[in-house]
Order: sequence, then C-alpha cells, then structure tokens
Amino acid sequence: MQVAEHDTADGVAKELGGFLERRREQIAQRWADAPLFRTVFTVSRDEAVEACKAVVDALADVARSGRLEDVQAPGFAAVRDQLGRMAASRTQAGFSSSQIAGEVAGLREPTLTLLRAEFEDSSSEHLEACLLALTVLMGTLRLVVMETSVSAGEELIARQQLQLLEVATPVIKLWEGIVAVPLIGTLDSARSQVVMESLLEAIVDQRARYAILDITGVPTVDSLVAQHLMKTVAAARLMGAECIVSGIRPAIAQTIVHLGIDLGTIITRAGLADALAYALTEQGIVVSQGPAQGGSPR
Amino acid sequence: MHAPPAPTARLPIASDADLAWVRQQVRQAAAGLGFGLVQQTKLVTAASELARNTLVHGGGGHVEMTTLEEGAARGLRLSFVDNGPGIRDVDLAMTDGYTTGGGLGMGLSGAKRLVQEFTLDSRPGEGTTVTVTDWAAGLPSPRTGAP
Ligand SMILES: Nc1ncnc2c1ncn2[C@@H]1O[C@H](COP(=O)(O)OP(=O)(O)O)[C@@H](O)[C@H]1O
Ligand SMILES: [Mg+2]
Repeated sequence: MQVAEHDTADGVAKELGGFLERRREQIAQRWADAPLFRTVFTVSRDEAVEACKAVVDALADVARSGRLEDVQAPGFAAVRDQLGRMAASRTQAGFSSSQIAGEVAGLREPTLTLLRAEFEDSSSEHLEACLLALTVLMGTLRLVVMETSVSAGEELIARQQLQLLEVATPVIKLWEGIVAVPLIGTLDSARSQVVMESLLEAIVDQRARYAILDITGVPTVDSLVAQHLMKTVAAARLMGAECIVSGIRPAIAQTIVHLGIDLGTIITRAGLADALAYALTEQGIVVSQGPAQGGSPR
Repeated sequence: MHAPPAPTARLPIASDADLAWVRQQVRQAAAGLGFGLVQQTKLVTAASELARNTLVHGGGGHVEMTTLEEGAARGLRLSFVDNGPGIRDVDLAMTDGYTTGGGLGMGLSGAKRLVQEFTLDSRPGEGTTVTVTDWAAGLPSPRTGAP
C-alpha cells in the first residue's frame, strides 16, 4: 500500500468498524435505554441489549465493507427485518416516520461520545475523520429505518382503509313497506351480525314487507358470506318480510355456482332497480311510464 | 423474458382483518399476472375459504404466495399453512356439506372446484397445508416434469 491506511476513507471506515466491534457492549448498553429499543423490546432489558448488539454488529459490518453511505450495503440485511418490526411497532404506537427517524438520529450522540473517548490521543484531524465517518454511517442507518417505516406505514394505512369499509350499514327506506341495505366491503361475521340486526330492526320500525340486500359493493361472496345472506333472509321471513338479493355480478354468480352453493330459495335480481320493481309489483303498485320528467311517485 | 415480480410473499393469517388483507393481495397478484375477472374472482374466493379454514380450524397460520413461470405460462401458487389439529379423515372433510364447526361445509370441496390444481396435506396433531395453483387463462396447465 502506498498511503498509510488511516489516511484513506476506506482506512477510516475500517477503523470505525473496529471501534464498533470493540465497543459493542458499551454502545448496546447506552442504546438499550433509548425509547426506540426500550418500548419495542419490552420482555427484558437483556432483550433490548441483544437487539442493540445486532444493530451495532450490522453497522460494524457495513463500516468494514467501506460502504458507509450505501443503504443497500449487505451488512444491513441481517437487521432489516428487526428494524422493520421496530419501525412498525413505533408506527402502531402513533409515531410518524419523521419522529421515528428522529429517534434513530438520537442514537448517534452516545456513540460519538464513546468514539471521542476512544480516539482522545489521535491527531485532531484523525479524530474529525472518524467522527465524520460515524455521522455518515448513522445517517445511513436512519435512511434504512425510514425505508422500512414508510412501507410499514403504507401497509397500516391500507389495512385501516379495508377496515373502514366495514363500518356503516345504513338501511334505506325506498318506498312505503320497502327497505334496502346497500352492502359495501367485507362481510365477515362481526359485520354481518350488524347488518342483520339493523335490517331486522328496520323491518319492524318501517313495517316493511320487502327488504332488498344489494351486494354490488361486496367484492367476494364465499360460503360464509352466502351463509350470512341465507340466515338474514330466513330471519327476515320470520318477521314477515321477503328479502331480495340484488347486485350479484356475473363473475360472482359463476363463482357461487362452482363453489357449490345453492341460493335457489332466495329471490335474486340483477340490479337494485329490478329488485325495487319486483317489490312494487308484488305489492300491487303499478309504475307507469308517465310523462318524461317530474311525475310524483304517488 | 420478464423478470418474475417479487416471487414470494408470506402473509400472516391470525385475524379477520388478515383475511381481508389476504384476499386483497391475492386479487392484486392475480390481476398483475393477467388473470381474467372470473378467474380472479374464483381464485380469491378459494383463497378466502382456505384462509378462513387456516384461521378457524387450524388456529391461525400463514399463506405463502408464489408467482410461477413455466415457459410462456404464468401462474400463481398459494400455500395455506397451519400447525393446528390437522384433518383426520381427508375424504370426509372434502365432502360437500361436511362441517365440524357450523359452517356450510363447502369450503374445501368448493375451493377445489374453483382452482386448477389443488393438494391437501394434513397430519393429525401436526397441521394442515393446502396448496392451490392457477395459471393465466388460455394456457394448458403444464405437467411437472414435462420438457
Ligand atoms: N386447516 C384445517 N385444519 C383442521 N381442520 C380443517 C382445516 N380445514 C378444514 N378442516 C376440517 O374440514 C371441515 C370442512 O371444511 P370446509 O369444507 O371448509 O367447511 P367449513 O369450514 O364450513 O366447516 C371443517 O369443518 C374442519 O373440520
Ligand atoms: Mg371452511
């Protein structure tokens, strides 16, 4: 080698790697009390310390490879999952990506202090170079965590949106004696229960003879959803109301048939309007063509 | 040829919300592979049945999603894995209408009818793995080992 090793960037990075390896225990002990680790690894302090050591080891690995600024450095691979879980857990606790990034940045200071102590006797230029290298490396760690926390956040939002679809189930009065529920989103057990209860209530309150269940907004009809529909229809019958299921899309109709489910006892119509027309006709109400616009319904 | 997009994903099945997530991810993967609407709907419905079995009968587990490429054929493989009680009599469980839990008993047999390939592997006391595979329409399902 032509130049003394500690003068090259690579040499400084290698030295930083050596420092991280030697001071692994002390660094881990200091980090373990930071909220980022303490609130995620709650079983015991040892667990938090172990998690910290894994991150220190990864950083040492990255430093030795000289790729201080590279978020893709192979050294991070060993802790990417762990960092992802930490970020996800902080996200669930209500912290934003930038707050999490701030927590990661907070790990830098105690590490710099240890580094300063270690290189007390070196030239000030050399100390500067080492401090700078560590600062860069900790910045890269922050980016790695940001990356995982952003994707964890996106997943959380997507899940919440899916669940939001499960909230409200309005029962609409379409006509004297005719109510309708437009079903939207996932029809799992809890929500089906709500739907059935509010529909039965509406049947009593409105003295409805006909109840339309429109499933246009239900993306999947599996055997559980079909079973809930059948139960709702049966319960409505007991209350003296006839149910009509509308909005079964062609792909769903084919799927129900292959699944082997027989909806034969249920009155079905293609669309909500067809279902309403059926209910009106059954009640003896004639809807005539009338003048083009503005005809009052009664 | 195309680089296969993210070949494998592993999704947990531990709650009703996970079921909705699994359905959504399967639909997205199937659409991405060019499955038609009917095939997408069938596969998602089969996945919904099997994931719910994993949750309800198997006590929770996970699904492994793999995109496949064999020659020009593109497919999606879903493996539903649990370490639950297993199924003592598979033939009986596969019978239309058979249920031990107050369901319609159409999940296993129905899922089999909804997909192109279906295998069930279960050991009493150890768990159950159900694997289904669908290939983008228009292409015959390739036989394993064929050149
Ligand atoms: N993953 C599983 N682990 C254990 N038992 C299962 C599993 N999947 C299905 N079974 C058994 O097979 C039966 C039939 O399943 P299925 O056809 O889906 O009907 P259902 O879920 O409505 O009972 C179940 O009642 C259960 O006893
Ligand atoms: Mg089932």
